[in-house]
Amino acid sequence: MSITIYVPCDSSAISMGADRVAAAIAKEAEKRSIDIQLIRNGSRGLFWLEPMVEVVTDEGRLAYGPVQVSDVAGLFDASFMQGGSHPLFLGLTEELDYLKKQQRLTFARIGKTDPVSLEDYINNDGYRGLGNAINLPQADIVKAVTDSGLRGRGGAAFPTGIKWNTVLNTPSEQKYIICNADEGDSGTFSDRMVMEGDPFVLIEGMTIAGLAVGATQGYIYLRVEYPHAHKALNTAIEKAYQAAYLGDNIQGSGKAFHLEVRLGAGAYICGEETSLMESLEGKRGLVRFKPPLPAISGLFGKPTVVNNVISLASVPIILDKGGEYYRDFGMGRSRGTLPLQLAGNIKHTGLVELGFGLTLRELLYDFGGGSASGRPIRAVQVGGPLGAYLPESQFDTPLDYEAFAAIWAVLGHGGVVAFDDTVDMAEMARYSMEFCAIESCGKCTPCRIGSTRGAEVMDDIINGRDLDKNIHLLRDLCNTLLHGSLCALGGMTPYPVLSALNHFPEDFGIHDKADAA
Amino acid sequence: MTESSRTQATVQEIITTLKNKPGALLPILHGVQNALGYVPAESVSAIAKALNLSRAEVHGVISFYHYFRDTPPGKHTIHLCRAESCQAMGGKQLEVYVKTQLGIDFHETTANGKFTLEPVYCLGNCACSPAMQIDEEIYGRVSANSFDALIKAAEELA
Repeated sequence: MSITIYVPCDSSAISMGADRVAAAIAKEAEKRSIDIQLIRNGSRGLFWLEPMVEVVTDEGRLAYGPVQVSDVAGLFDASFMQGGSHPLFLGLTEELDYLKKQQRLTFARIGKTDPVSLEDYINNDGYRGLGNAINLPQADIVKAVTDSGLRGRGGAAFPTGIKWNTVLNTPSEQKYIICNADEGDSGTFSDRMVMEGDPFVLIEGMTIAGLAVGATQGYIYLRVEYPHAHKALNTAIEKAYQAAYLGDNIQGSGKAFHLEVRLGAGAYICGEETSLMESLEGKRGLVRFKPPLPAISGLFGKPTVVNNVISLASVPIILDKGGEYYRDFGMGRSRGTLPLQLAGNIKHTGLVELGFGLTLRELLYDFGGGSASGRPIRAVQVGGPLGAYLPESQFDTPLDYEAFAAIWAVLGHGGVVAFDDTVDMAEMARYSMEFCAIESCGKCTPCRIGSTRGAEVMDDIINGRDLDKNIHLLRDLCNTLLHGSLCALGGMTPYPVLSALNHFPEDFGIHDKADAA
Repeated sequence: MTESSRTQATVQEIITTLKNKPGALLPILHGVQNALGYVPAESVSAIAKALNLSRAEVHGVISFYHYFRDTPPGKHTIHLCRAESCQAMGGKQLEVYVKTQLGIDFHETTANGKFTLEPVYCLGNCACSPAMQIDEEIYGRVSANSFDALIKAAEELA
């Protein structure tokens, strides 16, 4: 009987050698005349164990990892296909503590299935949400999303249902659904994991969005740095067209929805929704003034829903199980789950999907196992390059939009990057300014010029030049960026800069906290 | 056919295939760069004409996006991540090492034309930092040693 073996095709797993391991397993099985079925699944998101190989047995799926090519022959010798003991043996995948403690809604299928198998998708609850949506009046689809409490997972946390409702109620012959897949924040990879590990869930979510607001064309604006996601999406889209899950007559409903992937070109600013639309229109990615809101006048001047990958990928389960089901996860005004991404100097890096409310400390230590280097974790940046740095004294903050706002921080897209005590926070602040200068679209002065001046002021501070004057200047400049920028790039660069200064003044050459004010 | 006319023919073919898409400029530029490795200055006027844009507009778009280049890259392009997660795992030291080993700075190509070094701000491989991409292949937890091995392998391939 053929034995099923899973080796992830996720690009992080590939970066650790998954392709070579898959090839070695196939070769070794052939050599030993063992009949195997090798499936390339998405990643379970336990990245310190990648490449994590799974074997299907009567007891369930057993995991081994991290597997390197040099381990493959030994695994066969140890009869790993029958669950034989081996130093890399991890036990039943579903029983792994890191996974068991999670609440996987959006990531329910990822790592379990073959990402580009439509059959696998449907057999694992796929397209149930669309099945319900097809028979609902548009306003009821929007209501389900509103009731779920889903807020934009890209970072801005704007209620998705309200956005959809605006587009639904703006009459137009043509409307668009855009998926913002320009996941540029350092420390984030949940969008990538969805697109590589379960592309159909995004396609389904966008199709539901199209039906809900009356849009017949969707675009996935994907960053060019994600070639594996590009391939997976295109394969899945083609299959969805063949099976009438996309096209002019979706599942015989008479309703149309078309979908195309467009590639970005390495501009961080194109993750900003108006800049993204300019880019889709074939222009420089310059930020637009708002209003008009994209929901009223967006792509090519038409009403447009722009949602992040995770927001859209959360829609199918909401339409499948109901808004209340999703809303019952989470805390306060942060409803549902957030796929957190543990990165940087962390022992157990990975994807942790949980209802809002876990504290940062629990995430860093209970899940993350502390730093990778074994040194104390000194600072944590949450929410990407525009997110604040948090010192140890703030680690007990619950992961919740409002709780983070209260300490002048953001959850953003859920990226968590840990640094140990070797980090120089003045250098990190300088880097934030430099990054803003490199990525600024140039439309507004505070961001375009302020970022360059900011990097220069940071150079002076790092070199200990006239600290009193320059710290004051840095604060003043940040104030201008905060209040005078057109979008979040300039408007939020002060978050990492000022949080570094406020929480780690000693790295700026200030030893008396009062002098930092 | 001369090199230049071959280039023009390739560009023209890409334009013809893609020009009727809404917002066709980026898809066309990607098409050209995929085919030729860069977007040659001589292709700008053909693209501009097909899309009813000025050459300045097309040039403006090419120069806006970090990914598009107007000069040919080396045989292999190395994208080295500079972002925070990689910095937390020794990315800065790796950056110094890579630049020293290759003898070039970012945006430069080695004298033998084998390697071009570009910075990248996140490859989405933050759980396996520091990360690097050589052509289409992505690598995680890159160290000085593994970098040397990858370069050696790429050189032998070249």
